[in-house]
Amino acid sequence: MNTADQYVKAIYLLQQMENGPASTGALADRLGVSPASANEMIGKLESRGLAEHEKYKGVTLTDEGIVRARDALQTYCIIERFLSNVLSVAEFRAEARELEPVIDDLVAERLDTIIDRSPECPDCFDPETDACCHLDVPAESVETEEQHAD
Amino acid sequence: MSVGHQVTSDHQLARLLQIGIVLEEVVEARSYHHYQSLDDAPKLDPEIESLLEHAAAESAEHRERLEALVDELDAESIPFDEIEALVQAQYGGTEPEDFDDILYDQLCNEETAYKFYDDLIGALRASETTFGIDRERLIDTLVEIREEEAEGVEEVTKIMNDRQ
Repeated sequence: MNTADQYVKAIYLLQQMENGPASTGALADRLGVSPASANEMIGKLESRGLAEHEKYKGVTLTDEGIVRARDALQTYCIIERFLSNVLSVAEFRAEARELEPVIDDLVAERLDTIIDRSPECPDCFDPETDACCHLDVPAESVETEEQHAD
Repeated sequence: MSVGHQVTSDHQLARLLQIGIVLEEVVEARSYHHYQSLDDAPKLDPEIESLLEHAAAESAEHRERLEALVDELDAESIPFDEIEALVQAQYGGTEPEDFDDILYDQLCNEETAYKFYDDLIGALRASETTFGIDRERLIDTLVEIREEEAEGVEEVTKIMNDRQ
C-alpha cells in the first residue's frame, strides 16, 4: 500500500469518527507524521482529485478518494484478520500498521483466499477499536485523542 | 505507524518472510491439488502436468529457503500445521473447471509471489536497518526466488498463449 493510500484510509476513518472533515492535526497524529508533512500530502491528494481541504475545517475525501480509501481499508482489514485469525498474533494492530506499507493489494487478496472474508468488508472495520469486527479475538477499544479542527 | 515502504526491524522482517512462506504454501497446495485433480481428467495434458509438478516442487524449495532465513532471525514460530490444514481445506473444496482455469490460477499465484518479493526487496533496499542476518545474502536469496517466480510467470503465459 503506497503512502497516498495510507493517507486516504486514515482520512476516511477520521471522517467516520468525527462525522465531518478530518482535521490535519488528527491526521498527523494518526499517521505519526508532522502536521507539515500531513499538509504537504493533503496538497498532493487535492491535486490528484482525491481530497478537498477547507481552511479551519479540515480535509474531506472526494468520491474518487472514498473509493481508494475503501480499497486500502479492505487490504488493511485482510492483513489484520490474517495476523489475528491465522497467525494468532496478539499485537495484530501494531503489526498490521508495520506491514501495511509493504503489502500490496494483490498479495492481500491472495492471503484473503485462506481467511473467510465477510462480503460487507470494509464496512466490518470499526474506526473506534481500529480493528475488523470479525476477528476471532474481539478487539478492545483504543483511546484516541480528540483533535480539534485546524 | 510507519508511512513509506521500509522494513525497520528483525521482527517485521521475520513476519514478512513468514507471509512469503504462507504464499508459497498456497502455491504448493494449489499446484498439488490441481495436479491431483488431473489424475481424474479424461485427457491428461503432459505439459500442464509437468508445469504443476515443477511449481509444487519449486514452491516447497522456496518455502524451505525462507524458513532457513526466519530461523536465523530468532523469531517466534507460527502454527504452520494449522496453516497447511487451512490452505488444504480452502482448496480441497474447489475443483478447477478445466485446464484454462488451472493455468489462470497458476498465473495469479506466480504473479502474486513475484509482486510480494519485488516489494519486499524494494523495501529492504530502502531501509538502513541492520538486521540479524547478512543483508546481501538476504537480498540475494530473495532476488533469486523472485527471478524463479518471474520464470514461472513466463512459463505459464507461454503455455496459455500456445493453447489459444
